[in-house]
Amino acid sequence: MAEGGYKIDAPDQTERAPRRWGLKAAVLGVLLFLNVPVLIVFLYAFTTDDQAFTFPPPGLTGKWFEIAWDNQDVRDAVWLSFKVGIVATVAALVLGSLAAAAVARTRFFGRETISLLLVLPLALPGIVTGIALRSSINVLGIDFTFWTIVAGHATFCIVVVYNNVLARLRRTSGSIIEASMDLGATGWQTFRYVLLPNIGTALLAGGMLAFALSFDEVIVTRFTAGGSQRTAPLWIFDSIVNRPRNRPVTNVVAMAVVVVMMIPIFVAQRLTSDASLLGSPPTDDDDD
Amino acid sequence: MLWLGGVYLGSLLGLVWQSFYTFDDFAGKVRHDLGFDTWERLWSNETNRIIVGRTVLMALAVTIACAMLAYPLAYFMARYATRRVKAVLLFLAIMPLWSNYLVRVYSWKLIMAKEGALPWSLDKVGLGKGLEWALDLPYIGGQGLTFSLLGQFIVFTYVWLPYMVLPVHAALERVPRSFVEAAGDLGARPATVFRSVIWPLALPGVVAGSIFTFSLTLGDYIVPTIIGNSKPVIGAQVYVYQGVAGNLPLAAAFTFVPIAIMAVYLTIAKRLGAFEAL
Repeated sequence: MAEGGYKIDAPDQTERAPRRWGLKAAVLGVLLFLNVPVLIVFLYAFTTDDQAFTFPPPGLTGKWFEIAWDNQDVRDAVWLSFKVGIVATVAALVLGSLAAAAVARTRFFGRETISLLLVLPLALPGIVTGIALRSSINVLGIDFTFWTIVAGHATFCIVVVYNNVLARLRRTSGSIIEASMDLGATGWQTFRYVLLPNIGTALLAGGMLAFALSFDEVIVTRFTAGGSQRTAPLWIFDSIVNRPRNRPVTNVVAMAVVVVMMIPIFVAQRLTSDASLLGSPPTDDDDD
Repeated sequence: MLWLGGVYLGSLLGLVWQSFYTFDDFAGKVRHDLGFDTWERLWSNETNRIIVGRTVLMALAVTIACAMLAYPLAYFMARYATRRVKAVLLFLAIMPLWSNYLVRVYSWKLIMAKEGALPWSLDKVGLGKGLEWALDLPYIGGQGLTFSLLGQFIVFTYVWLPYMVLPVHAALERVPRSFVEAAGDLGARPATVFRSVIWPLALPGVVAGSIFTFSLTLGDYIVPTIIGNSKPVIGAQVYVYQGVAGNLPLAAAFTFVPIAIMAVYLTIAKRLGAFEAL
């Protein structure tokens, strides 16, 4: 792969043109299919039509943003989402990186089981996680509060942090830690000056993704939230299903949630090539 | 570290336990005596079997559609695109995963509404009749796209497609170009090359992607709540049982249907080498 790396990436000129056009059209079609819908929501946030979903919009206006901003319900929901996201992310950072360190550094009984267990919350349908948590919270007699939402979110946020940190740890050589210890550094010094600089960006990226995921989550949240509590996605869901009158404001909140989520993910993506929601790092062995 | 061991696994086990409790219809309360009553009720109920069947069919259809849509994109990225183009394409393919899931579902409610963008564009290109015809079809049709299984299918496919593109792309990237050229040199026609060289090598990627698309469709209740005729799917039914009816044991037992299906599915996937392709 190494010596031929350049050729492999070069477009194949010998291929017949007509078939490539068909392929290109298909690619374009799929990409449009994937990306246009969200843009449509952005467009509708500006529409003057508040009764139906007329396309193309009869006119454009910015007044819905003002109305949404003044809406106390919306503010509460977004603020709750922020708080939950931050607390869950912090918990996930601590627990997720500890788990990653344990799996990466040592071989112990049940290691494989644990690495499987850690992927389960992403692999199993969200409803399973949701109802499992709800039933055990019920059984334990705990009230559904802010903290039960956080617990639910932390469960899958851990997985994201774990995946990111583990991918990085596998790539950092264990010998630098041994070297640092041999040179007389204390455990804390080794962590602070050797390990942290190496995994720092992975931690940050994992944290950003975890926050974004938490900000996005609705299925598990619906099972773990208390009666009066609504995160921003729950608010949107509620508006879509139960209060169709609220359309224009819903559009604005929808757009805002997308934009808020984009920012941390962009940063995460900049920071590291490992960052991936699926936990499968892109194949970057052939970089440079 | 043991957060998951405790909280998550504990909850799952608790859920199994709950599913053996019995629900007293008359008192409307959960009786704490263990038994297989709930499981029996789950299976003997015709409606529940239909719900499971419908959900599995939908998951299968969505998975196949995702594979068919993901393949050309992944193939193009893996074989023809220059590095720069590939980076842009990958970015565009993952982009939707970065937007709010609920917003993405909601966007289709806007698009598929009667006066929305999709019917409008179909009318413009003269396919308005085609849409009417599709909506008149029994079973998958309905009052409008937003209220039909057809619409639900489109939205599911849209929502989970990126999860298929990535593994398929990763798998295709590992197909050595020389294999394809050798097959061509040896006189194989493009269709034959695809069938006997590319497909077997790409299969693990497709299976890996299908784990996501299948599992996610199986457990989702958001899409069916927002889009589709009101025929329930597994996820929605579970929510109804635990929420409105307060029948947690039955909901718990029901949850194990998708888990069991996924367990079977994962075993097959492992045979096909999907885990190496993840």
